[in-house]
Amino acid sequence: MPNNTSGTNYIQALTAGLWRENPTFRLLIGMCPPLAVTTAVKPALTMGLSVIFVLVCSNFVVSLLRNLLKPHLRIIMFTATIATFVTICDLYLRAFQPRMSEVLGPYVPLIIVNCIIIFRAEVCASKSDAIISILDGLGSGTGFTIALCILGGIREILATGQIFEIPVMPAGFVPWAAMQMPVGAFVTLGLLLGLASLLTSGKRS
Amino acid sequence: MDRLYVLLMGFLSVIIVNNFVFTKFLGTCPYLGVSGRLDSALGMGLAVTFVTALSGILTWLVDFYILTPLHLEIIRYICYIIVIAGAVQLVEMYVRKFFPSLYDVFGIFLPLISTNCVILGVCLFIGIWGTNNLLEVAVLSTGTGLGFTLAICIMAGIRETMMLADVPECFKGAPITLITAGLLTLAFMAFAGMIR
Repeated sequence: MPNNTSGTNYIQALTAGLWRENPTFRLLIGMCPPLAVTTAVKPALTMGLSVIFVLVCSNFVVSLLRNLLKPHLRIIMFTATIATFVTICDLYLRAFQPRMSEVLGPYVPLIIVNCIIIFRAEVCASKSDAIISILDGLGSGTGFTIALCILGGIREILATGQIFEIPVMPAGFVPWAAMQMPVGAFVTLGLLLGLASLLTSGKRS
Repeated sequence: MDRLYVLLMGFLSVIIVNNFVFTKFLGTCPYLGVSGRLDSALGMGLAVTFVTALSGILTWLVDFYILTPLHLEIIRYICYIIVIAGAVQLVEMYVRKFFPSLYDVFGIFLPLISTNCVILGVCLFIGIWGTNNLLEVAVLSTGTGLGFTLAICIMAGIRETMMLADVPECFKGAPITLITAGLLTLAFMAFAGMIR
């Protein structure tokens, strides 16, 4: 589509993922990492950055390959591309961030089956040119990262009274151990989603 | 006898104590998406169990007999994902050819489960647990699939009842499902630490 690649198109591709199509709060896809790695902000941020990297790279490659894709082999092509970049990411984390790599453990390779990346490849990258795809990947990835950090921040503050390992709560604060457990993840995300749908329904009426 | 005991404990452990949905958050997408009705939840669960068992065994074989001896650990994830996609494709073709009635039940779920985190999760966790014989791998991966079936069926049962409940407008759908899931997790936490 070389005709309508005006500036607004690029901006739209970049900002769509931030709120209107925010993967976690609005589309409800890729729900495993938001629940699993958000015990604190730091792993959440690492996870988010890894997803941005994989998303941008795989969107770029899929967009370049889009004319060669055969419909029935599409998904396997997508997953093979994604798996390649996830391997790069995993090796990088293992080499330069060994502690984070240990904390995230199998959730880094599990980015491969994160629905966000396949969804973006299917919806956007397999139909539009390389620059739009990169911007789209960047936008969706950032939206995802923000969601992860909000969730991680809430859980870290309530569970330990710290954020980035700096104490922020008053001295008399009793940590809520439950927030560190799976329960905390599910309930916090549920409440946040309720809040998100409250905000959007208010805007619409 | 000892080995049988270990196997049995491992089996119960992955179903109840270390249930993948409740403790590792794997397979949350279908868990929230397909748990609307009990019969479709059961179909999804059984399809996942079957593919989990199959691909758990296949990836372990690939890993143990091909990748590790050749020192090709670097392409492990790519191999895993291709084996899983292949297994799903095979199951789909086989079921369509020989059990058309079953295909109508499973049909729509089969392509979906190739990107289900439970399946890749099992393959990865089997590596992490350091399981080193085929029987254990088979038992653990089948158990994981059954654990997923259990979780999604409980959820579907609750959601069918919840259709009648008066939920605030903005919490309808996913939010209330997540909160219910949180409470279920709390219930399952009672089993924590019982085995291993």
